[in-house]
Amino acid sequence: MAVLVVSEHNNSELLEVALHAVTAASRMGGPVEMLVAGSGCAGVADTCARVGGVERVLLADAPEYEHHMPENIAPLIVGLAEGYSHVVAAATTYGKNVMPRVSALLDVAQISDISAVFSEDTFERPIYAGNALAKVQSADPIKVVTVRTTKFDAAGIEGGNAEVENVEAAVSGEGSRFVEQNLSQSNRPELTSARTVVSGGRGVGSAENFRMIEDLAASLNAAVGASRAAVDAGYVPNDYQVGQTGKVVAPDLYLAIGISGAIQHLAGMKDSKVIAAINNDEEAPIFQVADYGLVEDLFTAVPALTEALKA
Amino acid sequence: MKILVGVKRVLDPYVRAYVKPDGSGVDLSNAKMSMNPFDEVAVEQAVRLKEAGAAEEIIAVSIGPAKSEETIRTALAMGADRGVLVEGERNLEPLAVAKILKQIVEEESAQLVLLGKQAIDDDCNQAGQSLAALLNWPQGTFASGVELEGETTKVVREIDGGLETVELDLPAIVSVDLRLNEPRHASLPNIMKAKKKPVEKKAAGDLGLDLEPRMKILNVSEPPPRAEGVRVGSVAELVEKLKNEAKVI
Repeated sequence: MAVLVVSEHNNSELLEVALHAVTAASRMGGPVEMLVAGSGCAGVADTCARVGGVERVLLADAPEYEHHMPENIAPLIVGLAEGYSHVVAAATTYGKNVMPRVSALLDVAQISDISAVFSEDTFERPIYAGNALAKVQSADPIKVVTVRTTKFDAAGIEGGNAEVENVEAAVSGEGSRFVEQNLSQSNRPELTSARTVVSGGRGVGSAENFRMIEDLAASLNAAVGASRAAVDAGYVPNDYQVGQTGKVVAPDLYLAIGISGAIQHLAGMKDSKVIAAINNDEEAPIFQVADYGLVEDLFTAVPALTEALKA
Repeated sequence: MKILVGVKRVLDPYVRAYVKPDGSGVDLSNAKMSMNPFDEVAVEQAVRLKEAGAAEEIIAVSIGPAKSEETIRTALAMGADRGVLVEGERNLEPLAVAKILKQIVEEESAQLVLLGKQAIDDDCNQAGQSLAALLNWPQGTFASGVELEGETTKVVREIDGGLETVELDLPAIVSVDLRLNEPRHASLPNIMKAKKKPVEKKAAGDLGLDLEPRMKILNVSEPPPRAEGVRVGSVAELVEKLKNEAKVI
């Protein structure tokens, strides 16, 4: 039986997270198919059709799906799920929003945020903020799975030549209405897929000072992240947060500035290839996971580092 | 309006989880346990809605071992009116939790259910959405803003790209994120008062629901530790190491 990947997109572009989900799906046994549900999203389906290893693309294009409301999308997926062994999505706020609704309607247990696929029914998933890894085996006939994208490479948008098939829109869910989205605008790379991430913590001190972090990130072509403390303090918006309940990142280089390193923050970044930390507190727990630690006041170290990198 | 809040007893967020040597799970014996931090935010929100006159009664529900009564008492001390404890011996999966909550929501005719977006032990992030599906109610997940406006609620959601606002008809499920509010500490008089508030007890096995686990935990292990790092003495040395040793810049 085939594996269905629920693709995440903004009606005009496929988001890269979906390509990581495709790679995870390709390890679950059957051929991989993708669902594109949205409004005016035929172009996204065409992109999916070119993804290597994808054999069929289902397109549910209807005005009700424009805002990807879970009350609408979940019944659609449930209606299609019968023919599949697995239904898979990235463990993003989109996947986390819709997939547990799907699993409950199918009366199956969702396997959340998997970090490895051992076989068609056996997976690894981090628990306790990543301080433990559970190997779990699902007995359900349809496996509903969300995928930790940093643990699987992105499939390439090449080599595929899948058919795009239209599917009927399901009965629309009622009771919820989209009001608005306020998305952060940034010219920096996207946090979860950037090769380098520069994150600031409470030590940065203010929203104004955070410009220093932005400058450093610019000199490295890096994305900007933050600890929960920095977000709570209002230095940066919520979508910058790296951690157990924010974003999980695993870049080649993670530069932690003024971040103490609470368990919850480490959960979101400790799979980074190289971790460097700058903090004036030599006892800060961040140094326990850092490959390179510099005990120095960030207000002198960060501008010096930015200068050195520009040189 | 009645508000139902879910409260889970979990390993305290400031305590490190240690895996048992036999790989059967995380060692919770003698560990400090607390209310799931996201659930504290849910309780706080319910109490604020009641204080603002938008709700008449708050019911705190916990599903788990008998000691979960302590977690309910914490919610009662924060301002919930009464508790329901559903005792289950083994660790119930989120789907089972959603089924139990559905039954209680229907018994109580609750109009709003506030839940933490995720429990910090199993990190599943499922129960609220699954409950909404089983009840066929709308959902507002990862909420950093909740406003009641007559028969609807407006929920600001923290999403990967920023913020999203949705409007939901009541009854509805709201799963809360940490920035919604700052939970209060219960005062001593309120802790004393909470001891007298009623807590109804039920056994999960008596509810007539299919709560069988669908997943077998084959093994729990500690992630491989990171290799020990080095301290560098200056910015110049850091740049040199990142360039020539780690080769990441």
